[in-house]
Amino acid sequence: MRLTLNVWRQPSQKAKGFFVTYEAKDVSPEMSFLEMLDVVNEELIAKGEMPIAFDHDCREGICGMCGLMINGIAHGPSRGTATCQLHMRSFTDGDTVWIEPWRSAGFPVLRDLVVNRGALDRIIAAGGYISVNTGSAPDANAVAVPKRNADDAMDAAACIGCGACVAACPNGSASLFTAAKISHLGNLPQGQAERSKRALAMVEQMDAEGFGPCTLFGECQEACPKEISIDVIARMNRDYLAATLKKRPERVIADA
Amino acid sequence: MTISLNPRIPSGPIDQKWDKQRFDMKLVNPANKRKYTAIVVGSGLAGGAAAASLSELGYNVRCFCFQDSPRRAHSIAAQGGINAAKNYQNDGDSVYRLFYDTVKGGDFRSREANVYRLAQISRNVIDQCAAQGVPFAREYGGMLANRSFGGAQVSRTFYARGQTGQQLLLGCYSAMEKEIMKGGLTMFVRHEMLDLIIIDGKARGIITRNMVTGAIEPHMADVVVLGTGGYGNVFYLSTNAKGSNATAIWRAYKRGAAFANPCFTQIHPTCIPVSGEYQSKLTLMSESLRNDGRVWVPKRKEDCGKRPQDIPEGDRDYYLERKYPSFGNLSPRDIASRAAKEVCDEGRGVGPGGRGVYLDFSDAIKRLGQNKIAERYGNLFEMYQRITAENPYEVPMRIYPAVHYTMGGLWVDYNLMSTIPGLHVIGEANFSDHGANRLGASALMQGLADGYFIVPLTVGDYLASAKPAPVSVDAPEVREALEGVKRQTQKFLDTKGKRSADSFHRELGKIMWEDCGMARSRQSLEHALSKIPDLRHEFHSNLFIPGTGEELNQQLEKAGRVADFFELAELMCMDALQREESCGGHFRVEHQTPDGEALRDDDKFAHVSVWEYRGQEQAPRLHQEPLHFEHVALAQRSYK
Repeated sequence: MRLTLNVWRQPSQKAKGFFVTYEAKDVSPEMSFLEMLDVVNEELIAKGEMPIAFDHDCREGICGMCGLMINGIAHGPSRGTATCQLHMRSFTDGDTVWIEPWRSAGFPVLRDLVVNRGALDRIIAAGGYISVNTGSAPDANAVAVPKRNADDAMDAAACIGCGACVAACPNGSASLFTAAKISHLGNLPQGQAERSKRALAMVEQMDAEGFGPCTLFGECQEACPKEISIDVIARMNRDYLAATLKKRPERVIADA
Repeated sequence: MTISLNPRIPSGPIDQKWDKQRFDMKLVNPANKRKYTAIVVGSGLAGGAAAASLSELGYNVRCFCFQDSPRRAHSIAAQGGINAAKNYQNDGDSVYRLFYDTVKGGDFRSREANVYRLAQISRNVIDQCAAQGVPFAREYGGMLANRSFGGAQVSRTFYARGQTGQQLLLGCYSAMEKEIMKGGLTMFVRHEMLDLIIIDGKARGIITRNMVTGAIEPHMADVVVLGTGGYGNVFYLSTNAKGSNATAIWRAYKRGAAFANPCFTQIHPTCIPVSGEYQSKLTLMSESLRNDGRVWVPKRKEDCGKRPQDIPEGDRDYYLERKYPSFGNLSPRDIASRAAKEVCDEGRGVGPGGRGVYLDFSDAIKRLGQNKIAERYGNLFEMYQRITAENPYEVPMRIYPAVHYTMGGLWVDYNLMSTIPGLHVIGEANFSDHGANRLGASALMQGLADGYFIVPLTVGDYLASAKPAPVSVDAPEVREALEGVKRQTQKFLDTKGKRSADSFHRELGKIMWEDCGMARSRQSLEHALSKIPDLRHEFHSNLFIPGTGEELNQQLEKAGRVADFFELAELMCMDALQREESCGGHFRVEHQTPDGEALRDDDKFAHVSVWEYRGQEQAPRLHQEPLHFEHVALAQRSYK
């Protein structure tokens, strides 16, 4: 089949971006979306032009590196699917496809479809962990974890950190991402000691990064390639509120 | 220059060697640790665990990855699980049994002392991960669940649905972010290591290219750790991530780190077959499918074009069941892979290009019902359908083997230090633990054992013993390395030929897959060794890289990686040619038993083949590290 692609081109972070139209000929329905772009890029290189830059790595839907707005939908039309697992059979001959990078104040464009998602790492650095140094762990079966909690934690932990939730949100909120981590760790007994501190720190970092507020549109869970439920946001809000109410000044103890 | 291949294995009984080593190693005073800088390249299970743990100890750590976040490393794609000798199932597991299974599974080409330590540490690894909040599968009582995996008769594999690698890596990543917050660890994302800096014979830093700005810069350190993964992408098509590459270990090799067993590659039998010329990577389907699926192809070539449901039972060849009646569809990875290749070579393969065999669940569905099968494999069936648009509940799956893991890598001693003092190599990037074949669920175990529990201690021993003196970023060695990288980068841009880096990579991959893949012969390897240099010359004279070096330029990144794959490919073929035996994943057609089994030659080849680089103009020199089997008796594998 044959497609018309309108692709966002932007030579650098500071440069102005614009759409360029390309024809994708001989597209096989068996191709993945990124393989279709590979073929277009090979043609551009053959013509001596700069190929379209896009992020990708594992191409099996787990690393979270890829992510494109395809006709205005994060990761394209196929539900529960990252861009790399979207196949061209989801399109029909003659379609026009608009391809853009994630759009968010928190994700500056580096080139073409490549964005900087460092803000998500900084939200994790603010508290998305259980502080346990190597070597200090008790036996793995010393702490029983009810199966239900382990399963709920796993549902939230499935997040691949792609940023589709941010891109899909009309407010550009990173709530689903942040809440997924808070929910993963908060569901486990190991995560209780830092639960309040974690919720406060991660939410504050999220706000500091310039992501918008959550108004529960629910677009994020529709876009999420791992189909993480918006319920995690309710949990985050609960933890955050509780933590705010019982917030105490940090105890500072001078070293002896 | 001559290299020393002393593995420095501690004396004493095998179960006390690591204890002894930990006592004998020198320590760095806590107050002095912050004065030392450690560079860790790679942020997967090995690199990430090392970076976090070294920072916890108080070292000043700098970690580099080419992706946009440490959480993207390809460890994330591991599905099945992680082994540990916990014996939680009370089924007779022990450290000794895990050690035994791993040595035997590796077809007796790994180092006993290293493997024993790995089995010991496996228990601490699970403790650490559970404490970090890795959501492992649990039983109703809240205890950890286990499943069985290939090559073992006990249930010792821990898992988090089909995403074990992801969850372990996120645990590791969270430990890194914790240390980044505390300030001990600095992360450099979108940075690619392009050379190793050696001063006074010691590893003292790396040269990187900032993949956003194009800046080529030196980073100095007192010790360098490489955890940069395997080199399966030399074959172009593999289950590796698109960015996985050999550049870090290859440039280290060219600076004097010896390369061990480069020809040992693992080919996984159950991957989704290639669908066309544009294919960019291959997707693995978990080995567990072979528990209920039956593998077959048509008996006659003429039937290959027919729909599978139109081929009557009598016209099907269930070749694994026919050839290996006792193991049948559960034959080990290497054997099942070679058998699939054989039937396709005979022209009996199915699907586009004739490179596929059926994995049929219809009998299992009849026997157990569709619900039971969906319960066991639902997510895998869904993934298959997403990629192929075929419903495996109705039509048999099509599968074909694909390159999956590389057991070879940079040579390391017991302390995981390479032949360059101060350069440590961990995880898939080194060679030490899996011999000629890796067992399922052992890669995650090794990456984390190396990163969390071994290298943080052995790095300390190196620093306390070698006491590296301060070095200047203006040293002539730094300038020389920097200039070399800049020259090479400019050369790619100035070639101004006609072909893309990818087109060369694809062609190289085809040669390697045909001639140095599942079955190798003297003839095929000599063929590859005659073709590769011609293609390499064309690469260096007819490459086209658009754009400049001072911008985000993905073609330029690719060119450097492909250039290294070309050189590594030749070394792999040379290594496969000299190893006149078959063992594990290395199958030389000249060396098989009358019924087609791999035939080892323990008299001549019970050693590690170690290659020393001697410059572009000279052939590398082959050395040997003899292997001694004192605990696991050498035996022939049979699966009839």
